[in-house]
Amino acid sequence: MGPGRRWAMFDSRRAGIVAAPPAPRVLPLGARWRPISWVPHLILLGGVVVLVFPLYMALVGSTHEAATIARGDMPLVPGDQMAANFRQAWTVGEGLRVKATPVQVMMANSLIMALVISTGKIAISVLSAFAVAFFHFPLRMFFFWMIFVTLMLPVEVRIIPTYAVVTNLGMINTFQGLTVPLLASATGTLIFRQFFLSVPDELVEAAKIDGAGPMRFFWSILLPISSSTIAALFVILFVYGWNQYLWPLLITTSREMETIVIGITKMIGTGEAQTDWNIIMATTMLALLPPVLVVMLAQRWFIKGLTATEK
Amino acid sequence: MTRRAIFDNKLLPYALLAPQIAITLVFFFWPAGQAIFYSLVRQDPFGLRVEFVWFENFVEVLRNPFYVNALFVTLVFSAVVIVIAMSSGLLLAVMADGQIRGASIYKTLLMWPYALAPAVAAALWLFIFHPSIGVLGRALNAWGIPWDYTLNGNQALLLVTMAAAWKRVGYNFIFYLAGLQTIPRELLDAASVDGAGGRQRFWKIMFPLLSPITFFLLVVNVIYAFFDTFGVVHSLTRGGPGKATETLIYKVYIDGVVNLDLGGSSAQSVILMLVVIALTAVQFKYIERRVHY
Repeated sequence: MGPGRRWAMFDSRRAGIVAAPPAPRVLPLGARWRPISWVPHLILLGGVVVLVFPLYMALVGSTHEAATIARGDMPLVPGDQMAANFRQAWTVGEGLRVKATPVQVMMANSLIMALVISTGKIAISVLSAFAVAFFHFPLRMFFFWMIFVTLMLPVEVRIIPTYAVVTNLGMINTFQGLTVPLLASATGTLIFRQFFLSVPDELVEAAKIDGAGPMRFFWSILLPISSSTIAALFVILFVYGWNQYLWPLLITTSREMETIVIGITKMIGTGEAQTDWNIIMATTMLALLPPVLVVMLAQRWFIKGLTATEK
Repeated sequence: MTRRAIFDNKLLPYALLAPQIAITLVFFFWPAGQAIFYSLVRQDPFGLRVEFVWFENFVEVLRNPFYVNALFVTLVFSAVVIVIAMSSGLLLAVMADGQIRGASIYKTLLMWPYALAPAVAAALWLFIFHPSIGVLGRALNAWGIPWDYTLNGNQALLLVTMAAAWKRVGYNFIFYLAGLQTIPRELLDAASVDGAGGRQRFWKIMFPLLSPITFFLLVVNVIYAFFDTFGVVHSLTRGGPGKATETLIYKVYIDGVVNLDLGGSSAQSVILMLVVIALTAVQFKYIERRVHY
């Protein structure tokens, strides 16, 4: 990555730190702060090996027969059962010893959950940020703080009472129960509000002069210029939604509603050696594929969104 | 901070806020209020009589040796997870920053575990460290190190800690890399001209300039280690063997959902709520101070 590009990428963040563009390099490339040039490669390769090895072994595990793995002599290279194992996981979901929901059902559940949570959170928070940023009304700051405070109430610290509320509303084992309680988003509201406050006043005035009402302005001007913020938030929230654990564990008790992350834990059970590890590992590979793909394909948006969201 | 140019509808803003506020009230404030209420009362087994007992539930929770154990496990677990995940993230980011060949490939290969669910990370580690079928679990036993995390509490805690830290390295890597790229190149070049070696440039320039990010990461990593690792524990060890890997959040779940101890579980929830509130307050106070100068 050349010096020009790195500066371009982090332009906004640089603003407060230095004003001048980067000076020409003082030293020739070789004399930078790397006395021995293969050391960084060695450390980075070490890091990659440690991070990728478990994934590789899961892949290997998903390509052998259950008996090979259970005997404890699984080779370090892939076998020839990949297609069979993935087909079995996808359509049946269970092997000789594991009773489980077919992966296609669990994947569909996880996908619905992740999409409803991510789009729902974005929709709800973009609307409330619009209200807080573009209108003056009584109790405006009260509502803003009310949303803000939810940052301090993650689902983990109010498990039982939230579960009770969902039960009383008859939403156990439904997609509403799985998603609606997670839709409020303080982070989303904060991000959109911050972005909206930077929208030039002239843009609003021009829209008003042209006779646009608030909702017309919202649809035709505000949403289009927010698209990169929306994309970045979507990636983060999709991963968040797909990876939900404690909440689906409480809310879904029927097989048909099971999400794939919960499904893996249930398949593992007590973790006996004599179980269908090949099917479990095929399921694991399928479970991690969608969020990893989304993050990798939308890498730049995602990094920009993540480093902006969490600050 | 407010805008100058605004719209002046009277009812529309309330309608726009309604969905968010409704969800917040029903699923956040009401349950949080219930948790506080139940932490202060005691119910008879049939739920017919409710008696206000002030802080008795809290006293009971804090006196319970199992709670003290869970607190100890959580502190050890969190400290090790945070130190490993943050220091490796920083080390890898420093190495990947700069004109290294293949930087973007390294970046992609190092950040992907961010996208993993903690429980999926647990499944991957289980498959490797299973005492009889795992590739490394078997190797340890073959080398004469008796390895069985289902029987040995310390080994179970070690496994849960490593899986949780492993999953978090990529996250810290992303933030440190983004932070390093805001450090002006001239500063580092000037230091080299003055004869500063790589180590000096790191400790005297990079590390101090990264301190806001380090602080931010410290707070969010504490939250991760305390709360988001529920899936790792639930998937790998279920808090066992014995109570060797029972963290605070796992205990809230067990006491509330499995043991149905409403008062005790609520008191524990309220204690955790105070932890989150304190962390968030510290974080925002710090960010505010940073913004001011």
